[in-house]
Amino acid sequence: MEIPISYYLLLSGILFTIGVVGVLTRRNAIVVFMSIELMLNAVNLTLVAFSKQFNSLDGQIFVFFVMVVAAAEVAVGLALIVAIFRLKQTVSIDKINIMKW
Amino acid sequence: MSLFDVIFYLFAAFTLASAALMVVSKNIVHSAVGLLFSFFGVAGIYVLLAADFLAVVQVLVYVGGILILLLFGVMLTQRITSVDMRTGTLQLVPAILAVAGIFVILFRVIRTTSWNIVPEAEAQFIPTAEKIGYLLMTDFLIPFEIVSVLLLAALIGAAFIARKGT
Repeated sequence: MEIPISYYLLLSGILFTIGVVGVLTRRNAIVVFMSIELMLNAVNLTLVAFSKQFNSLDGQIFVFFVMVVAAAEVAVGLALIVAIFRLKQTVSIDKINIMKW
Repeated sequence: MSLFDVIFYLFAAFTLASAALMVVSKNIVHSAVGLLFSFFGVAGIYVLLAADFLAVVQVLVYVGGILILLLFGVMLTQRITSVDMRTGTLQLVPAILAVAGIFVILFRVIRTTSWNIVPEAEAQFIPTAEKIGYLLMTDFLIPFEIVSVLLLAALIGAAFIARKGT
């Protein structure tokens, strides 16, 4: 392997950190969603890097399952966002406080 | 620095720049485009890591599926009259502190751990699609079936939740 695995891990760590920034600072629920997808991608990258390092395909199988769960998550999450938008006419996560008392 | 290294750095910079664009962009459509290029960059890194099947799945599922779904969400929720385009950054300072903490921890773990606990595999490319298919039908058959049922249930649930007038 020409590039040491720590480089891939560092790339993945930065990508994950960018995703955390998005989740913490953005107010639009859809952008928060995209940031979560970005974090899932970063973790997938780590798994693939380890899969290469250990010369085993188990990590790639795991990534496959993560992708399936991400697809399910995005479908349900967007349905929820659309339903909330229909109810409240907004997707700002500051205004979606109907679960708070 | 070999060509492989150059391509890695190019893809890494491309991915990170697109991800940063996604997070800082005020326009949500620009965010979606940034996410699109970030997904493509990660697919390129997968190719560099000899995961050809996953690179194709990444493009098909993330770019072709998840991103299109997100764009539908954008179009369904961002009417012209909507004023949600603004991006309040209320807790910017605590967010930066928390993120810096996370990054420092990650960086220290990456730097201080000796990762080369297995002798390096010889650098030859073996197509992975056949092996992954074999593994999914043998060792991982039960998780594969469970996750397919999960996906079906999630899609039915999403269609039910998003339906009008329930």
